[in-house]
Amino acid sequence: MRAAVIVFPGSNCDRDMAVAFERAGFAVDMVWHKDVSLPEGVDIVGVPGGFSFGDYLRCGAIAANSPICRAVVDHAERGGYALGVCNGFQILTETGLLPGALRRNAGLKYICKTVRLVTATTDTAFTAAYDKGQEIDIPIAHHDGNYFVDDAKLAQLQDEDRIAFTYAQNPNGSVADIAGVVSKNRRVLGMMPHPERAADAGHGGTDGIAMFDALASAFVSA
Amino acid sequence: MQEPAITPDLIEAHGLKPDEYELILEIIGREPTFTELGIFSAMWNEHCSYKSSKKWLRTLPTDGPQVICGPGENAGIVDIGDGDAVVFKMESHNHPSYIEPYQGAATGVGGILRDVFTMGARPVAAMNSLSFGETSHPKTRRLVNGVVEGIGGYGNCFGVPTVGGEVRFHPAYNGNCLVNAFAAGLAKTDGIFYSAASGVGMPVVYLGAKTGRDGVGGATMASAEFDDTIEEKRPTVQVGDPFTEKRLMEATLELMQTGAVISIQDMGAAGLTCSAVEMGDKGKLGVKLNLEDVPQREENMTAYEMMLSESQERMLMVLKPELEAEARAVFEKWDLDFAIVGETIAEDRFLIMHNGEVKADLPLSPLSGRAPEYDRPWVETPAAAAMDDVPQIDPVDGLRALISSPNYAGKQWVYEQYDTMVMADTQRAPGLGAGIIRVHGTDKKLAFTSDVTPRYVRANPFEGGKQAVAEAWRNLCAVGAKPLATTDNLNFGNPEKPEIMGQFVGAIKGIGAAVAALDMPIVSGNVSLYNETDGSAILPTPTIGAVGLIAAGEEPITGTARDGHVALVIGETTGHLGQSALLAEVFNREDGDAPHVDLDAEKATGEFIRANRDLIKACTDLSDGGLALAAFEMAETAGVGVHLDSDDTAFLFGEDQARYLIACNFDQAEALMVAAGKAGVHIETVGRFTGDTVRFGASEAPLSELADIFRSAFAGAVA
Repeated sequence: MRAAVIVFPGSNCDRDMAVAFERAGFAVDMVWHKDVSLPEGVDIVGVPGGFSFGDYLRCGAIAANSPICRAVVDHAERGGYALGVCNGFQILTETGLLPGALRRNAGLKYICKTVRLVTATTDTAFTAAYDKGQEIDIPIAHHDGNYFVDDAKLAQLQDEDRIAFTYAQNPNGSVADIAGVVSKNRRVLGMMPHPERAADAGHGGTDGIAMFDALASAFVSA
Repeated sequence: MQEPAITPDLIEAHGLKPDEYELILEIIGREPTFTELGIFSAMWNEHCSYKSSKKWLRTLPTDGPQVICGPGENAGIVDIGDGDAVVFKMESHNHPSYIEPYQGAATGVGGILRDVFTMGARPVAAMNSLSFGETSHPKTRRLVNGVVEGIGGYGNCFGVPTVGGEVRFHPAYNGNCLVNAFAAGLAKTDGIFYSAASGVGMPVVYLGAKTGRDGVGGATMASAEFDDTIEEKRPTVQVGDPFTEKRLMEATLELMQTGAVISIQDMGAAGLTCSAVEMGDKGKLGVKLNLEDVPQREENMTAYEMMLSESQERMLMVLKPELEAEARAVFEKWDLDFAIVGETIAEDRFLIMHNGEVKADLPLSPLSGRAPEYDRPWVETPAAAAMDDVPQIDPVDGLRALISSPNYAGKQWVYEQYDTMVMADTQRAPGLGAGIIRVHGTDKKLAFTSDVTPRYVRANPFEGGKQAVAEAWRNLCAVGAKPLATTDNLNFGNPEKPEIMGQFVGAIKGIGAAVAALDMPIVSGNVSLYNETDGSAILPTPTIGAVGLIAAGEEPITGTARDGHVALVIGETTGHLGQSALLAEVFNREDGDAPHVDLDAEKATGEFIRANRDLIKACTDLSDGGLALAAFEMAETAGVGVHLDSDDTAFLFGEDQARYLIACNFDQAEALMVAAGKAGVHIETVGRFTGDTVRFGASEAPLSELADIFRSAFAGAVA
């Protein structure tokens, strides 16, 4: 099992994500944003949180146009898996791999706290280990996590069961309380909350472990 | 370009006193050029030279077997075993934050982070101690919002978790807020970098962001009192770019791995001047700079501007010339400037060239070595007058008053704006006493706290200074950490006033006595004087930042109280109400003496807590607000009620020192009583955690009602 974690200038959750993948049994390659290809045999690409390119222009916009992101898009279009967390989610929407956009939080302030999520679908490799409707506690830490899609796109996401998580109490104004969505082929997940920050006993919460473990078992059995 | 003539007005505008200018003439034997005057001004202002405080700072205990590097470098370094070291410092950014709160606070965070990674340490924890004017003052709300956003904006982007801090409000800060930023990093003991240059003819390399005109003269500004021309000083505040700082940190740490670094120094206050002089002075070498090679953001910058610019995110390094290509490649990878701007020279000389013209030619070592040093006259702070009687009050009403005040309400509004968990090693976030992080990849943990009670220091500088250290000691012991060492950030008014200097001297003596008794040497720090506006000084605020270690295999004390737990107080309660939170918040009185700090008792109770951690479920130190506030906070955190037997005002709200509140089950309480008897430590049962109300004697209120007040009062006051 191999995971690749992309490192942009300004990424600051790259190590955290690598640690969570490693804990679940993945071998992890850190991949620099100027690289033009992913290492051979990568099962899943992690696009980590942080402030890639300082959030200049628009969160994730510059990173989405970096050389490595072309390789990430190719990987996803070939049916490869990808997990984007926080800034990683913003980047994946900017690449077009995921629908919608992340706007400034409704309260206009950065928010860092642990929030309760509701598992909205278990029909993905990321969420297979949770029960539908299961509540999990995962930290958020963002200034621009207010998810937006128009009504038509929202209806499509709902029809296709592509909303992965919703907030039990909406912290940022996201449409339909959406905290994370998957791609049409269900192999790309973007979410604002940080499962890698609830991935060992010392974190005070371990509800994120099941996501990384579920991914690991998906690739073992694959 | 023609440089201005040196006139008495120009000298005064540079913050130099006539006798200081005479000393300059004596050192160089001629009139200085404009650039040279700027260099002297930058080196000799209070902020950089510590000229009023040095005499007293020398008296502080700074050594111990755990200390790898004490004061004088960019940050202090303490051994935490296994080849690991913690590198930390606290520094003020008060004046800039009052003028331009967002950028002032942001660059304060940036500066302290740079101090840490300049030494080869990756920053792993931040704290900040903030003091604002009363919330009804027209400026306070803007300052609080701007400072908190600035700290978050910089630290969150950089990617360091904020794990602790303080926020207080008092009218004495109306014209002069305090922003004290702390950072700690982890290094390997064999991978530490210092600022002393070595070798003649070695290239001096400029790293990081380009130089602009921002912050020119900032350190001189920060060494003066404020008056109503303050708004005109905005151009002296620097602008921060945390994205560049993050890259600078990654590039610097990567560069250090290449072996190319002989010495390195960040550019902070007084920028290029201070960093170049520091490296030369410590290495007993001269430095020659060619300013046309300095990467510049603006056109037509003069030598004067470049030497005094405080543009952020810059470093200066002395390089091993044979590794230039490797070093340059690292900075190109991170898209940062890398420019050779000069060289070390054998003579004791600071030679500044600009387009072939000599702009400054000074002896280097006197710039720091002969900086003025003052033995300022001081008067002992008079003993506090006897205190008027304090009437008994309904104790739950008293608690309600405390938790309705932004001083004692929950600070979620503040720390939810900071990333408290990035790096995924945070074990205990802010809001519950000391913050804790894990040393990455190990089972060791570090605890951090920042403390001071300025009212105490004003009433009794000696006891107040002791108390700040003692409270830091307690906060570390309360989580089961062994206190290791201390950084001090000494914020005072105008030292030219003997009564202010008396506060400073008294506080230093108290801090010195406490760090000696508790074996927490001062390893770094910063002095901020002239915190006055229109002649009115802040409360003396010597902020103490301290670091403790929880060794591998040791459990931190981070549990919460449960229904049925016994509430025990360790340490003796006599009911000292002088200068208490209750007096200030309920009676609007700030009279009486500060509580006395018995350092032997502090040592005994703190060691008792650490030794008996297995018997303790939850623990907090008792500080301002006394037992009543501590018991409420422990109950609120746990979501369970608390019933204390006493309804006595002094017992519940007294602020006697060397005390802790503990929650544990009955069997553990019995065992603790036995252990306390053997250790000679006072212990008493004061009540228990149960139900869903807060009850003191017969006075009672629902926990949920009080919790709502506690959680909403801060935002209500400032948002």
